[in-house]
Amino acid sequence: MSGYTNWVAFRTILTKEILRFSRIWIQTILPPVITMGLYFIIFGGLIGSRIGDMEGIRYMDFIVPGLIMMAVITNAYSNVVSSFYSAKFQRHLEEMLVSPVPNYLIILGFVGGGVCRGLAVGIAVTLVSMVFSPLAIHNLAVTLSVVVLTATLFALAGLINGVFARSFDDISIVPTFILTPLTYLGGVFYSITLLPEFWQGASMLNPILYMVNAFRYGFLGVADIGLATSYGIIIGFVLILYGVALFLLNKGIGIRN
Amino acid sequence: MSHALSIQHLTKTYKNGFEALKGIDLQVAPGDFYALLGPNGAGKSTTISIVASLVNKSGGSVSIFGHDLDKDLYAAKRCLGLVPQEFNFNVFEPVEEIVVNQAGYYGIPRKEAWKRAEKYLVELGLWDKRKGMARLLSGGMKRRLMIARALVHEPRLLILDEPTAGVDIEIRRSMWTFLREINREGCTIILTTHYLEEAESLCRNIGIIDHGRIIENTTMKGLLHQLNTETFILDLSQPLMQLPTLPQHRLRWVDELTLEADVDRDVSLNQLFVDLNQEGVQVRSMRNKTNRLEQLFMSMVDKSRNPGVDTQ
Repeated sequence: MSGYTNWVAFRTILTKEILRFSRIWIQTILPPVITMGLYFIIFGGLIGSRIGDMEGIRYMDFIVPGLIMMAVITNAYSNVVSSFYSAKFQRHLEEMLVSPVPNYLIILGFVGGGVCRGLAVGIAVTLVSMVFSPLAIHNLAVTLSVVVLTATLFALAGLINGVFARSFDDISIVPTFILTPLTYLGGVFYSITLLPEFWQGASMLNPILYMVNAFRYGFLGVADIGLATSYGIIIGFVLILYGVALFLLNKGIGIRN
Repeated sequence: MSHALSIQHLTKTYKNGFEALKGIDLQVAPGDFYALLGPNGAGKSTTISIVASLVNKSGGSVSIFGHDLDKDLYAAKRCLGLVPQEFNFNVFEPVEEIVVNQAGYYGIPRKEAWKRAEKYLVELGLWDKRKGMARLLSGGMKRRLMIARALVHEPRLLILDEPTAGVDIEIRRSMWTFLREINREGCTIILTTHYLEEAESLCRNIGIIDHGRIIENTTMKGLLHQLNTETFILDLSQPLMQLPTLPQHRLRWVDELTLEADVDRDVSLNQLFVDLNQEGVQVRSMRNKTNRLEQLFMSMVDKSRNPGVDTQ
Protein backbone atom coordinates (compact mmCIF):
# COMPACT_ATOMS: atom_id res chain seq x y z
CA MET A 1 0.00 0.00 0.00
CA SER A 2 1.19 3.54 -0.68
CA GLY A 3 1.70 6.15 2.01
CA TYR A 4 -1.67 7.74 1.31
CA THR A 5 -3.67 4.50 1.32
CA ASN A 6 -1.89 3.49 4.53
CA TRP A 7 -2.88 6.80 6.05
CA VAL A 8 -6.52 6.26 5.00
CA ALA A 9 -6.48 2.75 6.51
CA PHE A 10 -4.92 4.00 9.76
CA ARG A 11 -7.40 6.86 10.01
CA THR A 12 -10.27 4.43 9.41
CA ILE A 13 -9.23 2.13 12.26
CA LEU A 14 -8.55 5.07 14.57
CA THR A 15 -11.90 6.75 13.80
CA LYS A 16 -13.72 3.47 14.25
CA GLU A 17 -12.05 3.00 17.65
CA ILE A 18 -12.83 6.54 18.79
CA LEU A 19 -16.46 6.22 17.68
CA ARG A 20 -16.69 2.89 19.50
CA PHE A 21 -15.88 4.29 22.94
CA SER A 22 -17.63 7.61 22.26
CA ARG A 23 -20.94 5.87 21.46
CA ILE A 24 -20.89 4.17 24.84
CA TRP A 25 -19.45 7.10 26.82
CA ILE A 26 -21.69 6.26 29.78
CA GLN A 27 -19.76 3.01 30.11
CA THR A 28 -16.33 4.26 29.05
CA ILE A 29 -15.84 7.90 30.05
CA LEU A 30 -18.25 8.61 32.88
CA PRO A 31 -17.44 5.81 35.39
CA PRO A 32 -13.71 6.60 35.78
CA VAL A 33 -14.55 10.28 36.15
CA ILE A 34 -17.00 9.52 38.96
CA THR A 35 -14.55 7.12 40.63
CA MET A 36 -11.75 9.67 40.53
CA GLY A 37 -14.13 12.35 41.79
CA LEU A 38 -14.79 10.12 44.81
CA TYR A 39 -11.05 9.65 45.33
CA PHE A 40 -10.63 13.44 45.34
CA ILE A 41 -13.42 13.86 47.89
CA ILE A 42 -12.45 11.01 50.21
CA PHE A 43 -8.66 10.80 50.00
CA GLY A 44 -7.92 14.37 49.05
CA GLY A 45 -10.63 16.24 50.87
CA LEU A 46 -11.68 14.24 53.92
CA ILE A 47 -8.57 12.20 54.77
CA GLY A 48 -6.03 14.42 53.02
CA SER A 49 -6.89 17.45 55.16
CA ARG A 50 -5.74 15.45 58.21
CA ILE A 51 -2.56 14.19 56.50
CA GLY A 52 -1.18 17.63 55.81
CA ASP A 53 1.65 18.06 53.28
CA MET A 54 3.50 15.43 51.24
CA GLU A 55 7.03 16.48 50.15
CA GLY A 56 6.04 20.04 51.05
CA ILE A 57 2.94 19.95 48.85
CA ARG A 58 -0.70 19.95 49.98
CA TYR A 59 -1.87 16.32 49.94
CA MET A 60 -4.77 17.02 47.59
CA ASP A 61 -2.40 18.68 45.11
CA PHE A 62 0.04 15.78 45.52
CA ILE A 63 -2.43 13.06 44.56
CA VAL A 64 -4.03 14.84 41.58
CA PRO A 65 -1.35 13.87 38.99
CA GLY A 66 -1.26 10.28 40.23
CA LEU A 67 -5.01 9.90 40.04
CA ILE A 68 -5.13 11.39 36.54
CA MET A 69 -2.38 8.99 35.49
CA MET A 70 -4.20 6.06 37.11
CA ALA A 71 -7.33 6.87 35.08
CA VAL A 72 -5.29 7.20 31.88
CA ILE A 73 -3.49 3.88 32.44
CA THR A 74 -6.57 1.81 33.22
CA ASN A 75 -8.63 3.30 30.40
CA ALA A 76 -5.96 3.06 27.72
CA TYR A 77 -5.44 -0.58 28.68
CA SER A 78 -9.06 -1.61 29.03
CA ASN A 79 -10.11 0.14 25.82
CA VAL A 80 -7.70 -1.82 23.67
CA VAL A 81 -8.03 -5.16 25.42
CA SER A 82 -11.83 -5.11 25.26
CA SER A 83 -12.00 -3.71 21.73
CA PHE A 84 -9.44 -6.14 20.32
CA TYR A 85 -10.89 -9.14 22.11
CA SER A 86 -14.45 -8.21 21.03
CA ALA A 87 -13.21 -7.89 17.44
CA LYS A 88 -11.75 -11.39 17.75
CA PHE A 89 -14.79 -12.80 19.54
CA GLN A 90 -17.30 -11.33 17.05
CA ARG A 91 -14.83 -12.12 14.27
CA HIS A 92 -14.97 -8.64 12.77
CA LEU A 93 -11.19 -8.47 13.18
CA GLU A 94 -11.34 -10.54 9.98
CA GLU A 95 -12.44 -7.38 8.15
CA MET A 96 -8.91 -6.08 8.69
CA LEU A 97 -7.16 -9.41 8.29
CA VAL A 98 -8.54 -10.03 4.79
CA SER A 99 -7.75 -6.48 3.67
CA PRO A 100 -4.29 -5.20 2.73
CA VAL A 101 -3.76 -3.32 6.00
CA PRO A 102 -0.24 -3.98 7.28
CA ASN A 103 -0.12 -5.38 10.82
CA TYR A 104 1.74 -2.37 12.16
CA LEU A 105 -1.19 -0.17 11.11
CA ILE A 106 -3.65 -2.46 12.90
CA ILE A 107 -1.51 -2.03 16.03
CA LEU A 108 -1.25 1.74 15.60
CA GLY A 109 -5.00 2.06 14.97
CA PHE A 110 -6.04 0.10 18.06
CA VAL A 111 -3.35 1.71 20.22
CA GLY A 112 -4.33 5.15 18.91
CA GLY A 113 -7.90 4.44 20.01
CA GLY A 114 -6.69 3.41 23.47
CA VAL A 115 -4.53 6.52 23.78
CA CYS A 116 -7.47 8.72 22.76
CA ARG A 117 -9.74 7.16 25.37
CA GLY A 118 -6.99 7.42 28.00
CA LEU A 119 -6.52 11.10 27.16
CA ALA A 120 -10.27 11.79 27.02
CA VAL A 121 -10.71 10.32 30.49
CA GLY A 122 -7.52 12.09 31.66
CA ILE A 123 -8.86 15.45 30.50
CA ALA A 124 -12.24 14.81 32.14
CA VAL A 125 -10.57 13.80 35.42
CA THR A 126 -8.32 16.89 35.23
CA LEU A 127 -11.41 19.08 34.85
CA VAL A 128 -12.98 17.42 37.92
CA SER A 129 -9.72 17.83 39.86
CA MET A 130 -9.88 21.59 39.27
CA VAL A 131 -12.86 21.70 41.64
CA PHE A 132 -10.54 20.51 44.43
CA SER A 133 -7.13 21.75 43.40
CA PRO A 134 -5.99 24.69 41.25
CA LEU A 135 -4.48 23.49 37.97
CA ALA A 136 -0.80 24.35 37.89
CA ILE A 137 1.46 22.83 35.28
CA HIS A 138 5.17 23.11 35.94
CA ASN A 139 6.29 21.73 32.56
CA LEU A 140 3.69 21.24 29.82
CA ALA A 141 5.99 19.32 27.45
CA VAL A 142 6.87 16.75 30.13
CA THR A 143 3.25 16.44 31.21
CA LEU A 144 1.96 15.83 27.70
CA SER A 145 4.77 13.59 26.53
CA VAL A 146 4.63 11.40 29.63
CA VAL A 147 0.87 11.00 29.52
CA VAL A 148 0.88 10.12 25.79
CA LEU A 149 3.81 7.69 26.15
CA THR A 150 2.24 6.03 29.19
CA ALA A 151 -1.13 5.68 27.47
CA THR A 152 0.68 4.18 24.47
CA LEU A 153 2.54 1.73 26.68
CA PHE A 154 -0.63 0.46 28.36
CA ALA A 155 -2.62 0.43 25.14
CA LEU A 156 0.08 -1.86 23.68
CA ALA A 157 -0.07 -4.05 26.78
CA GLY A 158 -3.86 -4.22 26.40
CA LEU A 159 -3.48 -5.29 22.78
CA ILE A 160 -1.09 -8.10 23.73
CA ASN A 161 -3.55 -9.21 26.41
CA GLY A 162 -6.31 -9.13 23.77
CA VAL A 163 -4.26 -11.28 21.40
CA PHE A 164 -3.83 -14.00 24.02
CA ALA A 165 -7.31 -13.75 25.56
CA ARG A 166 -9.62 -16.68 24.89
CA SER A 167 -12.52 -15.61 27.07
CA PHE A 168 -13.91 -12.45 28.63
CA ASP A 169 -12.37 -13.61 31.95
CA ASP A 170 -8.94 -13.39 30.37
CA ILE A 171 -9.35 -9.70 29.63
CA SER A 172 -10.09 -8.84 33.26
CA ILE A 173 -7.35 -10.90 34.94
CA VAL A 174 -4.46 -8.56 34.15
CA PRO A 175 -6.28 -5.30 35.07
CA THR A 176 -7.61 -6.79 38.31
CA PHE A 177 -4.65 -8.74 39.59
CA ILE A 178 -1.67 -6.89 38.12
CA LEU A 179 -2.53 -3.41 36.88
CA THR A 180 -4.57 -2.17 39.83
CA PRO A 181 -2.13 -3.34 42.55
CA LEU A 182 0.85 -1.93 40.64
CA THR A 183 -0.96 1.39 40.17
CA TYR A 184 -1.90 1.66 43.84
CA LEU A 185 1.68 0.79 44.82
CA GLY A 186 3.11 3.11 42.17
CA GLY A 187 3.23 6.21 44.35
CA VAL A 188 -0.16 7.60 43.45
CA PHE A 189 -1.09 8.25 47.08
CA TYR A 190 2.32 8.59 48.71
CA SER A 191 5.94 9.46 48.16
CA ILE A 192 8.15 6.38 48.22
CA THR A 193 10.50 8.27 50.58
CA LEU A 194 7.94 7.41 53.28
CA LEU A 195 8.60 3.68 52.82
CA PRO A 196 11.27 1.64 54.64
CA GLU A 197 14.43 1.20 52.60
CA PHE A 198 13.60 -2.34 51.46
CA TRP A 199 10.20 -1.34 50.15
CA GLN A 200 11.67 1.71 48.46
CA GLY A 201 13.96 -0.67 46.56
CA ALA A 202 11.07 -3.00 45.81
CA SER A 203 9.00 -0.09 44.53
CA MET A 204 11.71 0.69 41.99
CA LEU A 205 10.76 -2.56 40.20
CA ASN A 206 7.29 -1.18 39.57
CA PRO A 207 7.28 0.54 36.16
CA ILE A 208 4.18 2.55 37.02
CA LEU A 209 6.15 4.37 39.70
CA TYR A 210 8.30 5.98 36.99
CA MET A 211 5.29 7.13 35.01
CA VAL A 212 3.46 8.58 37.99
CA ASN A 213 6.61 10.37 39.13
CA ALA A 214 7.43 11.81 35.75
CA PHE A 215 3.85 12.98 35.35
CA ARG A 216 3.89 14.49 38.83
CA TYR A 217 7.08 16.30 37.90
CA GLY A 218 5.28 17.79 34.91
CA PHE A 219 2.54 19.09 37.19
CA LEU A 220 4.35 20.00 40.39
CA GLY A 221 8.06 20.03 39.58
CA VAL A 222 8.80 17.38 42.24
CA ALA A 223 9.57 13.68 41.77
CA ASP A 224 11.21 10.80 43.64
CA ILE A 225 12.98 9.60 40.49
CA GLY A 226 15.07 11.39 37.86
CA LEU A 227 13.23 12.40 34.70
CA ALA A 228 15.75 10.76 32.35
CA THR A 229 15.37 7.41 34.11
CA SER A 230 11.59 7.66 33.87
CA TYR A 231 11.68 8.48 30.14
CA GLY A 232 14.17 5.68 29.55
CA ILE A 233 11.94 3.13 31.30
CA ILE A 234 8.75 4.29 29.59
CA ILE A 235 10.22 4.46 26.07
CA GLY A 236 12.02 1.16 26.59
CA PHE A 237 8.76 -0.56 27.53
CA VAL A 238 6.90 1.04 24.62
CA LEU A 239 9.47 -0.29 22.14
CA ILE A 240 9.55 -3.76 23.66
CA LEU A 241 5.75 -4.07 23.78
CA TYR A 242 5.40 -2.78 20.21
CA GLY A 243 7.94 -5.37 19.05
CA VAL A 244 6.08 -8.14 20.87
CA ALA A 245 2.68 -7.02 19.47
CA LEU A 246 4.05 -6.87 15.92
CA PHE A 247 5.64 -10.29 16.27
CA LEU A 248 2.36 -11.79 17.51
CA LEU A 249 0.32 -10.29 14.68
CA ASN A 250 2.88 -11.23 12.03
CA LYS A 251 2.88 -14.81 13.27
CA GLY A 252 -0.91 -14.81 13.50
CA ILE A 253 -0.75 -15.98 17.11
CA GLY A 254 -4.19 -15.83 18.69
CA ILE A 255 -5.81 -14.48 15.54
CA ARG A 256 -5.17 -17.03 12.79
CA ASN A 257 -5.39 -20.81 12.83
CA MET B 1 -3.22 -14.59 -18.68
CA SER B 2 -3.05 -15.42 -14.97
CA HIS B 3 -5.72 -17.52 -13.34
CA ALA B 4 -8.14 -15.69 -11.10
CA LEU B 5 -7.23 -18.28 -8.48
CA SER B 6 -4.47 -20.80 -8.68
CA ILE B 7 -3.93 -23.30 -5.87
CA GLN B 8 -1.06 -25.78 -5.99
CA HIS B 9 -0.54 -28.73 -3.63
CA LEU B 10 -2.28 -26.90 -0.80
CA THR B 11 -2.10 -28.69 2.52
CA LYS B 12 -3.33 -27.81 5.97
CA THR B 13 -2.83 -29.73 9.17
CA TYR B 14 -4.28 -28.16 12.30
CA LYS B 15 -2.46 -28.15 15.62
CA ASN B 16 -4.60 -31.03 16.87
CA GLY B 17 -3.24 -33.14 14.00
CA PHE B 18 -6.37 -32.98 11.84
CA GLU B 19 -5.38 -32.99 8.18
CA ALA B 20 -8.00 -30.71 6.63
CA LEU B 21 -6.38 -30.39 3.18
CA LYS B 22 -4.29 -33.15 1.63
CA GLY B 23 -2.88 -31.45 -1.45
CA ILE B 24 -5.45 -29.39 -3.28
CA ASP B 25 -4.82 -28.28 -6.85
CA LEU B 26 -7.33 -25.89 -8.33
CA GLN B 27 -7.41 -23.28 -11.07
CA VAL B 28 -10.24 -20.87 -11.69
CA ALA B 29 -10.24 -18.84 -14.88
CA PRO B 30 -10.89 -15.08 -14.92
CA GLY B 31 -14.58 -14.30 -15.38
CA ASP B 32 -15.66 -17.76 -14.27
CA PHE B 33 -18.60 -18.52 -12.00
CA TYR B 34 -17.21 -21.52 -10.16
CA ALA B 35 -18.91 -23.80 -7.64
CA LEU B 36 -16.81 -25.42 -4.93
CA LEU B 37 -18.96 -28.12 -3.42
CA GLY B 38 -18.41 -30.70 -0.76
CA PRO B 39 -19.98 -32.20 2.32
CA ASN B 40 -19.58 -30.56 5.73
CA GLY B 41 -15.99 -30.81 6.93
CA ALA B 42 -14.67 -31.59 3.43
CA GLY B 43 -12.23 -28.67 3.47
CA LYS B 44 -14.10 -25.94 1.56
CA SER B 45 -14.01 -23.34 4.29
CA THR B 46 -10.40 -24.13 5.18
CA THR B 47 -9.43 -23.62 1.54
CA ILE B 48 -11.30 -20.33 1.38
CA SER B 49 -9.86 -19.16 4.71
CA ILE B 50 -6.33 -19.84 3.46
CA VAL B 51 -7.01 -17.93 0.25
CA ALA B 52 -8.35 -15.04 2.35
CA SER B 53 -5.30 -15.15 4.69
CA LEU B 54 -7.44 -16.02 7.70
CA VAL B 55 -5.78 -19.41 8.16
CA ASN B 56 -2.08 -20.18 7.74
CA LYS B 57 -1.41 -22.95 5.25
CA SER B 58 0.88 -25.86 6.05
CA GLY B 59 2.19 -26.26 2.51
CA GLY B 60 1.63 -25.45 -1.15
CA SER B 61 1.00 -22.14 -2.83
CA VAL B 62 -1.90 -19.84 -3.60
CA SER B 63 -1.99 -16.98 -6.05
CA ILE B 64 -4.77 -14.59 -6.94
CA PHE B 65 -4.56 -13.06 -10.42
CA GLY B 66 -0.87 -13.99 -10.46
CA HIS B 67 -0.08 -12.48 -7.05
CA ASP B 68 1.42 -15.15 -4.81
CA LEU B 69 0.22 -14.96 -1.20
CA ASP B 70 3.74 -15.60 0.08
CA LYS B 71 5.49 -13.06 -2.15
CA ASP B 72 2.91 -10.42 -2.97
CA LEU B 73 0.35 -10.62 -0.19
CA TYR B 74 -1.10 -7.12 -0.30
CA ALA B 75 -1.59 -7.13 -4.08
CA ALA B 76 -3.30 -10.51 -3.79
CA LYS B 77 -5.57 -9.21 -1.02
CA ARG B 78 -6.58 -6.21 -3.11
CA CYS B 79 -8.00 -8.55 -5.76
CA LEU B 80 -10.12 -10.52 -3.33
CA GLY B 81 -13.52 -9.96 -1.75
CA LEU B 82 -14.80 -12.47 0.80
CA VAL B 83 -18.30 -13.23 2.01
CA PRO B 84 -17.72 -15.71 4.81
CA GLN B 85 -20.12 -18.34 6.09
CA GLU B 86 -20.53 -16.80 9.56
CA PHE B 87 -21.58 -13.23 10.21
CA ASN B 88 -18.36 -11.39 10.98
CA PHE B 89 -19.18 -7.72 11.34
CA ASN B 90 -19.57 -5.58 14.42
CA VAL B 91 -23.27 -5.90 15.21
CA PHE B 92 -23.10 -2.68 17.23
CA GLU B 93 -22.06 -0.57 14.25
CA PRO B 94 -24.40 1.17 11.82
CA VAL B 95 -24.77 -0.64 8.51
CA GLU B 96 -23.26 2.14 6.38
CA GLU B 97 -20.20 2.45 8.63
CA ILE B 98 -19.43 -1.25 8.24
CA VAL B 99 -19.27 -0.83 4.48
CA VAL B 100 -17.45 2.52 4.52
CA ASN B 101 -14.87 1.29 7.03
CA GLN B 102 -14.15 -1.75 4.90
CA ALA B 103 -13.40 0.57 1.99
CA GLY B 104 -11.10 2.51 4.30
CA TYR B 105 -9.05 -0.61 5.07
CA TYR B 106 -8.33 -0.78 1.33
CA GLY B 107 -7.19 2.83 1.35
CA ILE B 108 -10.24 4.18 -0.46
CA PRO B 109 -10.76 7.84 0.55
CA ARG B 110 -13.84 8.57 2.65
CA LYS B 111 -15.72 10.50 -0.04
CA GLU B 112 -15.35 7.74 -2.61
CA ALA B 113 -16.12 5.12 0.06
CA TRP B 114 -19.49 6.77 0.82
CA LYS B 115 -20.33 6.80 -2.90
CA ARG B 116 -19.55 3.13 -3.29
CA ALA B 117 -21.35 2.23 -0.08
CA GLU B 118 -24.45 3.97 -1.40
CA LYS B 119 -24.17 2.12 -4.71
CA TYR B 120 -23.95 -1.35 -3.17
CA LEU B 121 -26.40 -0.72 -0.33
CA VAL B 122 -28.97 0.46 -2.89
CA GLU B 123 -28.28 -2.48 -5.21
CA LEU B 124 -28.65 -4.95 -2.37
CA GLY B 125 -31.78 -3.34 -0.97
CA LEU B 126 -30.22 -2.11 2.27
CA TRP B 127 -30.26 1.63 1.68
CA ASP B 128 -33.26 2.19 3.97
CA LYS B 129 -31.47 0.34 6.76
CA ARG B 130 -28.15 2.17 6.43
CA LYS B 131 -28.42 4.18 9.65
CA GLY B 132 -29.57 1.27 11.82
CA MET B 133 -27.33 -1.00 13.87
CA ALA B 134 -26.34 -4.19 12.05
CA ARG B 135 -27.76 -6.34 14.85
CA LEU B 136 -31.25 -5.16 13.92
CA LEU B 137 -31.05 -6.63 10.41
CA SER B 138 -32.76 -9.89 9.50
CA GLY B 139 -30.65 -12.92 8.55
CA GLY B 140 -31.08 -12.27 4.82
CA MET B 141 -30.16 -8.60 5.21
CA LYS B 142 -27.05 -9.53 7.18
CA ARG B 143 -25.96 -11.79 4.32
CA ARG B 144 -26.54 -8.98 1.82
CA LEU B 145 -24.61 -6.59 4.05
CA MET B 146 -21.63 -8.94 3.88
CA ILE B 147 -21.89 -8.98 0.09
CA ALA B 148 -21.99 -5.16 -0.03
CA ARG B 149 -18.99 -5.03 2.28
CA ALA B 150 -17.05 -7.54 0.16
CA LEU B 151 -17.74 -5.58 -3.02
CA VAL B 152 -16.99 -2.06 -1.81
CA HIS B 153 -13.34 -2.20 -2.92
CA GLU B 154 -14.50 -3.71 -6.24
CA PRO B 155 -12.51 -6.94 -6.15
CA ARG B 156 -11.74 -8.96 -9.27
CA LEU B 157 -12.39 -12.21 -7.42
CA LEU B 158 -15.36 -12.64 -5.08
CA ILE B 159 -15.58 -15.72 -2.88
CA LEU B 160 -18.92 -16.49 -1.30
CA ASP B 161 -19.04 -19.19 1.35
CA GLU B 162 -22.66 -20.34 1.58
CA PRO B 163 -24.08 -16.87 0.93
CA THR B 164 -27.70 -17.96 0.85
CA ALA B 165 -27.73 -20.22 3.91
CA GLY B 166 -30.92 -19.60 5.85
CA VAL B 167 -32.22 -17.08 3.33
CA ASP B 168 -35.79 -17.34 2.02
CA ILE B 169 -36.34 -18.26 -1.60
CA GLU B 170 -37.37 -14.78 -2.74
CA ILE B 171 -34.21 -13.14 -1.39
CA ARG B 172 -32.14 -16.06 -2.63
CA ARG B 173 -33.43 -15.55 -6.16
CA SER B 174 -32.75 -11.80 -6.00
CA MET B 175 -29.22 -12.54 -4.78
CA TRP B 176 -28.74 -14.91 -7.72
CA THR B 177 -29.78 -12.17 -10.12
CA PHE B 178 -27.36 -9.75 -8.47
CA LEU B 179 -24.47 -12.24 -8.56
CA ARG B 180 -25.12 -13.07 -12.21
CA GLU B 181 -25.01 -9.36 -12.97
CA ILE B 182 -21.67 -8.70 -11.27
CA ASN B 183 -20.26 -11.83 -12.91
CA ARG B 184 -21.41 -10.49 -16.28
CA GLU B 185 -19.59 -7.25 -15.48
CA GLY B 186 -16.35 -9.25 -15.16
CA CYS B 187 -16.06 -10.26 -11.53
CA THR B 188 -14.88 -13.86 -11.09
CA ILE B 189 -17.04 -15.63 -8.53
CA ILE B 190 -16.34 -18.73 -6.47
CA LEU B 191 -19.34 -20.05 -4.62
CA THR B 192 -19.77 -22.73 -2.02
CA THR B 193 -23.29 -23.82 -1.24
CA HIS B 194 -25.30 -26.72 0.03
CA TYR B 195 -28.14 -25.76 -2.31
CA LEU B 196 -27.05 -27.70 -5.36
CA GLU B 197 -29.85 -26.20 -7.41
CA GLU B 198 -28.11 -22.87 -6.75
CA ALA B 199 -24.77 -24.14 -8.04
CA GLU B 200 -26.43 -25.70 -11.09
CA SER B 201 -28.31 -22.53 -11.87
CA LEU B 202 -25.40 -20.10 -11.44
CA CYS B 203 -22.09 -21.81 -12.08
CA ARG B 204 -20.31 -22.76 -15.28
CA ASN B 205 -17.57 -24.84 -13.69
CA ILE B 206 -17.49 -26.98 -10.62
CA GLY B 207 -15.08 -28.59 -8.20
CA ILE B 208 -16.06 -31.20 -5.65
CA ILE B 209 -13.94 -31.55 -2.56
CA ASP B 210 -14.11 -34.35 -0.05
CA HIS B 211 -11.82 -35.33 2.81
CA GLY B 212 -9.38 -32.58 1.86
CA ARG B 213 -9.02 -33.67 -1.78
CA ILE B 214 -10.52 -32.44 -5.03
CA ILE B 215 -12.45 -35.42 -6.39
CA GLU B 216 -13.93 -33.67 -9.44
CA ASN B 217 -13.05 -30.52 -11.33
CA THR B 218 -14.92 -29.98 -14.57
CA THR B 219 -17.58 -27.96 -16.34
CA MET B 220 -21.12 -28.04 -15.03
CA LYS B 221 -22.36 -29.32 -18.42
CA GLY B 222 -19.68 -32.01 -18.52
CA LEU B 223 -20.54 -33.11 -15.04
CA LEU B 224 -24.27 -33.30 -15.67
CA HIS B 225 -23.51 -35.26 -18.84
CA GLN B 226 -22.11 -38.01 -16.63
CA LEU B 227 -25.56 -38.63 -15.24
CA ASN B 228 -26.68 -41.93 -16.79
CA THR B 229 -30.18 -42.07 -15.43
CA GLU B 230 -32.72 -39.53 -14.28
CA THR B 231 -35.65 -40.34 -12.06
CA PHE B 232 -38.97 -38.62 -12.69
CA ILE B 233 -42.12 -38.53 -10.63
CA LEU B 234 -45.28 -38.83 -12.73
CA ASP B 235 -48.60 -37.61 -11.39
CA LEU B 236 -51.40 -39.53 -13.08
CA SER B 237 -54.84 -38.35 -14.18
CA GLN B 238 -56.56 -41.64 -13.29
CA PRO B 239 -55.87 -44.04 -10.43
CA LEU B 240 -53.68 -46.95 -11.45
CA MET B 241 -54.75 -50.47 -10.49
CA GLN B 242 -51.71 -52.30 -11.82
CA LEU B 243 -48.09 -51.32 -12.52
CA PRO B 244 -47.53 -51.35 -16.31
CA THR B 245 -44.46 -53.15 -17.63
CA LEU B 246 -42.42 -51.10 -20.09
CA PRO B 247 -39.36 -52.73 -21.66
CA GLN B 248 -37.20 -49.57 -21.86
CA HIS B 249 -38.07 -47.98 -18.52
CA ARG B 250 -38.03 -49.00 -14.89
CA LEU B 251 -41.28 -47.98 -13.20
CA ARG B 252 -42.13 -48.04 -9.51
CA TRP B 253 -45.51 -47.64 -7.92
CA VAL B 254 -45.60 -44.86 -5.28
CA ASP B 255 -49.37 -44.75 -4.78
CA GLU B 256 -52.38 -45.19 -7.02
CA LEU B 257 -51.94 -41.71 -8.55
CA THR B 258 -48.14 -41.55 -8.61
CA LEU B 259 -45.38 -43.41 -10.43
CA GLU B 260 -41.59 -43.14 -10.39
CA ALA B 261 -39.78 -43.71 -13.69
CA ASP B 262 -36.04 -44.21 -14.23
CA VAL B 263 -35.15 -42.93 -17.71
CA ASP B 264 -31.75 -43.73 -19.22
CA ARG B 265 -29.88 -40.82 -20.76
CA ASP B 266 -29.99 -42.35 -24.25
CA VAL B 267 -33.77 -42.89 -24.18
CA SER B 268 -36.00 -39.96 -25.06
CA LEU B 269 -38.80 -38.79 -22.82
CA ASN B 270 -41.11 -38.94 -25.84
CA GLN B 271 -40.61 -42.68 -25.90
CA LEU B 272 -41.65 -42.91 -22.25
CA PHE B 273 -44.88 -41.05 -22.95
CA VAL B 274 -45.61 -43.13 -26.06
CA ASP B 275 -45.12 -46.32 -24.05
CA LEU B 276 -47.27 -45.07 -21.16
CA ASN B 277 -49.95 -43.96 -23.59
CA GLN B 278 -50.06 -47.41 -25.13
CA GLU B 279 -50.67 -48.84 -21.66
CA GLY B 280 -53.52 -46.34 -21.16
CA VAL B 281 -51.67 -44.37 -18.51
CA GLN B 282 -52.42 -40.62 -18.67
CA VAL B 283 -49.78 -38.35 -17.10
CA ARG B 284 -51.05 -35.08 -15.64
CA SER B 285 -47.68 -33.63 -14.60
CA MET B 286 -44.07 -34.65 -14.20
CA ARG B 287 -41.06 -33.51 -12.15
CA ASN B 288 -37.49 -34.59 -11.35
CA LYS B 289 -37.30 -36.67 -8.21
CA THR B 290 -34.01 -35.08 -7.12
CA ASN B 291 -31.92 -32.25 -8.43
CA ARG B 292 -29.64 -33.70 -11.11
CA LEU B 293 -26.52 -32.21 -9.59
CA GLU B 294 -27.52 -33.48 -6.17
CA GLN B 295 -27.78 -36.98 -7.58
CA LEU B 296 -24.31 -36.75 -9.12
CA PHE B 297 -22.82 -35.08 -6.07
CA MET B 298 -24.02 -37.85 -3.78
CA SER B 299 -22.78 -40.49 -6.17
CA MET B 300 -19.31 -38.90 -6.43
CA VAL B 301 -18.92 -38.43 -2.71
CA ASP B 302 -20.04 -42.03 -2.15
CA LYS B 303 -17.62 -43.22 -4.81
CA SER B 304 -14.74 -41.29 -3.23
CA ARG B 305 -15.54 -42.85 0.13
CA ASN B 306 -16.24 -46.37 -1.20
CA PRO B 307 -13.97 -46.82 -4.21
CA GLY B 308 -14.94 -49.70 -6.46
CA VAL B 309 -18.64 -49.58 -5.60
CA ASP B 310 -20.90 -48.27 -8.36
CA THR B 311 -23.31 -45.92 -6.65
CA GLN B 312 -24.99 -44.18 -9.56
